[in-house]
Amino acid sequence: MRALVLLLLLAFSPSVTSAQQPEPQQPKQTDEFVPISQLPAQDQLPAAPLLVTAYAFVWVVFFAYVVSVGRRLTKVQHEVERLESDIAKRA
Amino acid sequence: MPKWFVPLAAVTALMFAASPFLIANAPYEATMGLVQKIFYYHLPSAWVFLLSAIVCGIASARFLFGGSPRQDRLAYAAAELTVLFGAIVLVTGPLWARKAWGVWWQWDVRLTSSLMGWMVAWAYLLVRKYGGPGSDKLAAGLALFGMANVPFVYISVNYWRTIHPATSVVPTLPVDMGLALWFAVACFLLLFVLLLRLRVYLEEQRARLDALYLSLDE
Repeated sequence: MRALVLLLLLAFSPSVTSAQQPEPQQPKQTDEFVPISQLPAQDQLPAAPLLVTAYAFVWVVFFAYVVSVGRRLTKVQHEVERLESDIAKRA
Repeated sequence: MPKWFVPLAAVTALMFAASPFLIANAPYEATMGLVQKIFYYHLPSAWVFLLSAIVCGIASARFLFGGSPRQDRLAYAAAELTVLFGAIVLVTGPLWARKAWGVWWQWDVRLTSSLMGWMVAWAYLLVRKYGGPGSDKLAAGLALFGMANVPFVYISVNYWRTIHPATSVVPTLPVDMGLALWFAVACFLLLFVLLLRLRVYLEEQRARLDALYLSLDE
């Protein structure tokens, strides 16, 4: 009889029943509205300026590099032409 | 310049102009949203950065052991492009990380080894500019270290704990995302070929100038 009572107690104790049937977690009820300005800094950060900065940086860097190589090339080619004409005059 | 240069430059420019439309049409990533679209320029520039370091290293090895000035010119051009594409990786990455991770920078293995590779390329250029006679061979030695760093950069995310995405991300991309990515990869590879040829041409003209000065002295 004592063993039967113990078994019944174990079967209906909250720890055993909760282990057998885990309840799905319910989302917490909203009890206040938080303005966006009060969120942590990383949550407030808008993505668009970062995206635009990244793409603009890539385009500007490529453009600046092509201009830089073009200028260096023009300078060297002018010098080559000048030297070639000097050599031709000497000859 | 070779005949293919101008038509290929036009095609590349058109492809670059079209790439933002494909990227805009690619779906948003579930957890990162809009900011993840930096990926479509960040990853191709990272691959070209590593490719450029490999080209620089191979050309430097061939110059060191074969003595070919042509290989030296190729290595010099590739080192400059390693700095250029590395700068893009190291700027676009933190812009993405600031939103996705909440920080601009993490001293994890991928980011730190990429920074090291970029600094080795800078060291190559500085040695070439200010190293005086014999600096070409010193710089070539540096380029070998830059190339040795490349596999380490690539596999680091698979062997060390890091918050940087693993290399397994790319094969799992859905079609719309994959299309935008591979189109951007093609753009960056074509641009790399064009810029490398242009930069090598500049070095060829400089070599021609040196030869002219020598002939004037004689």
